[in-house]
Amino acid sequence: MCTTCGCGDPKLVPVDVHEKILAGNDRQAQHNREHFMEQGVLALNLMGSPGAGKTALLEATSRATERRWRLGAVSGDLATDNDARRLEAAGIPSRPITTGQGCHLDADLVHHALHGFPWTELDVFFIENVGNLVCPAIYDLGQAANVVALSVTEGEDKPLKYPVMFKAADLVVLTKCDLLPHLDVKVDRILDGLRRVMPKPNAIQVSARTGQGMAEWTGWLEERKARVPKRAAGAPAAHTHEHDHDHSRDHDHSHAHDHEHDHEHRHADGTVHRHGHAHGRDH
Amino acid sequence: MHEYSLIQSLVTRVEQEAVARRATAIHRLVVSIGELSGVDPELFQTAYDTFRAGTLCERTPLELRQVAARWACPSCGREIPKGEVLTCARCELPARIAAGGDEILLETIEMEVP
Repeated sequence: MCTTCGCGDPKLVPVDVHEKILAGNDRQAQHNREHFMEQGVLALNLMGSPGAGKTALLEATSRATERRWRLGAVSGDLATDNDARRLEAAGIPSRPITTGQGCHLDADLVHHALHGFPWTELDVFFIENVGNLVCPAIYDLGQAANVVALSVTEGEDKPLKYPVMFKAADLVVLTKCDLLPHLDVKVDRILDGLRRVMPKPNAIQVSARTGQGMAEWTGWLEERKARVPKRAAGAPAAHTHEHDHDHSRDHDHSHAHDHEHDHEHRHADGTVHRHGHAHGRDH
Repeated sequence: MHEYSLIQSLVTRVEQEAVARRATAIHRLVVSIGELSGVDPELFQTAYDTFRAGTLCERTPLELRQVAARWACPSCGREIPKGEVLTCARCELPARIAAGGDEILLETIEMEVP
């Protein structure tokens, strides 16, 4: 109520928020990221157009690493669990995330997919996003890096047409390079486009069919894996720190726990500390 | 069409703020959309007009501010014109984008409080 003159008019207040509209998603993503870091799992967000060769790249990764690494994946699609089944057949434990009409994965969907999936045992966890060069780019999932698969059949000017996606990429994997002799596509022109939309351009050329470039790709994975802190011996196999779970979309379960315990964890910067804390929550 | 899910987040956030401040009405929202935020302002507006029905924002106009993407060298400050290679030719450093150019921000909520 206006208190200056007593007229009884309500007061108009401008509230400066200056907050990202995706702040809620970013918080959940940070939470996912802490899980991955604590468990020493390299999480990668693999994006690209439908048909860019994301699933084939993962199948080839499994062959190239000869199961030396424990790989796992969740794959997002509007419908069907075909990709997850293909990955399972290739020796990559997988779970589908069927988004219905959703054009992208968000941090919450990924978090829910982690429940009941043995992701903590993995070396590399791929989040195969919904095939789309637009929407997935702006949703942080908690990944350590974004990888964008771009097939050479998609044309030379894709980076310039979809700058938001390529700006978000830490690595662009040019796929289907075995087809280059049959196409009027110049790889140099794709690379030039990338330099105009990516401040730190980084691209490798691969063929999942012939194995071309796979050593460079696994080398990149190796290098990123080395940056993830190793899980401290004796650290809990599942996360134990306090957080809010929003289980609004899911399942019919209930359990309660209320306990105190010591807990050691390693931060992103490599420091380790131990502290005791208590949980008391129902969900 | 992720604009719908963004509007959902926006309206939820505004309602939260309105409830916390016991607002009786929301008069105006200001949102800034960066050129490289991945959001189309027209689609965003359309999504807002569709989705706000039945929410506290039902009668609230939405003001969109478009923010251009500006790239510059983090060291010498030289601006890199649109379409050029995003590396400073002199310092050989990757360019950095100025604040707001790649973000979608809820700037202001103008509300009526008792």
